[in-house]
Amino acid sequence: MISVRQLTKQYGSNAVLRGIDLDIAAGEFVVILGQSGAGKSTLLRCMNRLVQADAGTLTVAGMDAIACCDTRALRQQVAMIFQHHNVVPRLSVLKNVLTGRLGAVNTLASVLQLFRREDIDLAMQCLQRVELAHKAQQRTDSLSGGQMQRVGIARALAQRPKVILADEPVASLDPKTSRLVLQYLRDATRELGITVVCNLHQVDYAREFGDRIVGLAHGRMVYDGGPDGLTEDVLHRIYPGQEPEAEDEQATAGLQVRYAN
Amino acid sequence: MQARKYLWTVDTPQNARGWLGSAALVLVVVMVLHWSAQGAQLSIGELAAGLPQIGDFLSRTMPPDLSILPRLWGPALETLQIALWGTLLGVILAVPLSFLAARNLCRNPVLYHGTRQFLNITRSINELILALIFVSAVGLGPFPGVLALAIHGLGMLGKFFAESIEEIDQGPIEALQATGARPLQVIVFGVLPQVITAWIAVVLYRFEVNLRSATVLGMVGAGGLGFELVSSLKLFKYPETATCIIVITVMVVAADTISSRLRNAIQSGNNH
Ligand SMILES: Nc1ncnc2c1ncn2[C@@H]1O[C@H](COP(=O)(O)OP(=O)(O)OP(=O)(O)O)[C@@H](O)[C@H]1O
Ligand SMILES: [Mg+2]
Repeated sequence: MISVRQLTKQYGSNAVLRGIDLDIAAGEFVVILGQSGAGKSTLLRCMNRLVQADAGTLTVAGMDAIACCDTRALRQQVAMIFQHHNVVPRLSVLKNVLTGRLGAVNTLASVLQLFRREDIDLAMQCLQRVELAHKAQQRTDSLSGGQMQRVGIARALAQRPKVILADEPVASLDPKTSRLVLQYLRDATRELGITVVCNLHQVDYAREFGDRIVGLAHGRMVYDGGPDGLTEDVLHRIYPGQEPEAEDEQATAGLQVRYAN
Repeated sequence: MQARKYLWTVDTPQNARGWLGSAALVLVVVMVLHWSAQGAQLSIGELAAGLPQIGDFLSRTMPPDLSILPRLWGPALETLQIALWGTLLGVILAVPLSFLAARNLCRNPVLYHGTRQFLNITRSINELILALIFVSAVGLGPFPGVLALAIHGLGMLGKFFAESIEEIDQGPIEALQATGARPLQVIVFGVLPQVITAWIAVVLYRFEVNLRSATVLGMVGAGGLGFELVSSLKLFKYPETATCIIVITVMVVAADTISSRLRNAIQSGNNH
């Protein structure tokens, strides 16, 4: 479904991706781990051409994501979920999900707020998958953060995509909500056979939800394998210098000290 | 010795150079003000000498000639109509230009800077001057007034619209682009919902301002109440002038009140 060969990307003199080779099969749930600045977002954004890669080949859903002339056709097949959900706050929940159909519908009709019955039914089904159908008519800014992210998932599903790219979809949510959101994402995509590439910062969630885990450090792949292969040693390579767990412990310790004062 | 009750908490210069600098600055300001006062021929004496004449003028306007009120009804409505269409045309012209003048939507620097400059120019020309130009182009009457308000309003509204577009959250825009939406769809579903309440408020305010301007446009022959006002002045019918001024004041105050009520309602409806 996704095939990456020797992909590179530089911002000025800052080499962000230094030759990525990766093949992802249809229906896989791949989690990308890596330190901040490792190039996770850049890799994901190359796949729907929000970022233009410099060199290498990149095929996504059968389309060339570096040189294809029709970016919109690519983006219809490749939906994206964002860290800050990026839903339009003033629109209703249903309309936000319907925006997932924009690439596929008639421009004039959509601008006049006309959507076909099939599209609306599809949007409602997607809302049912994330169990928000009862909120369809509410304004989206009246929802909680976790609910907005579920709207983001429903919007992505409404595209009927082959691939979903999720860039740290739970980074601004509490642990319980995070797990719930990831469950919705995994269950829906598994049922519909959608391939998922998901950036995460939490190793626990990667182990729990990833069929396969890719470790990125300084623009290179340093791990590619199952969740069981994530040993201490591998984590050291993905997070050079500092172990994420240790960092977490320090952070909580710091909090406790502050509360104690 | 008793402790001083007050401390002067102003930052004073630390050394001689600082004091010298401050003194020079004060001197320059005083000189500029004095120079401007001479240029503008400010004179308390003349004001004092003119006071009786002002009093005389005011007394001759008393009592206002309310009998002409029925005759003012038409021009008053015309003023309202000029303001309405002047505002509407301004909005219609400003909306598309504002997309070009917003840095986050318009990626073409030539188009962006060109539109910005165009808006700056139209904004910098006063309505009265525009009205004079349009009167000579399309003739006397309310229509040149409408055009004058539209062009000036276009500059004002276009800039404001563009600035409010530049302030919106870029995330939803990127998300819509990532769904494969076309630019027009991104504007309708991503941009407009985020700016629309701010736009309505500023359009109402613009209508208020335009109504005020429309009352004076008549002075250069561009229709409305201003025309009646100037004719009564020219014929020394000061009681009629007074009535015109009263009608204008009432209209402007009413428009202010209604539009600020509406703006408050929109803003509070927005924050629930
Ligand atoms: N638009 C841009 N212009 C210039 N440099 C950029 C741009 N986007 C990203 N970078 C740089 O690319 C590098 C990798 O960024 P990227 O966002 O891919 O990292 P990341 O792994 O997603 O990090 P995080 O976990 O913090 O999201 C960083 O050093 C960043 O400064
Ligand atoms: Mg990132």
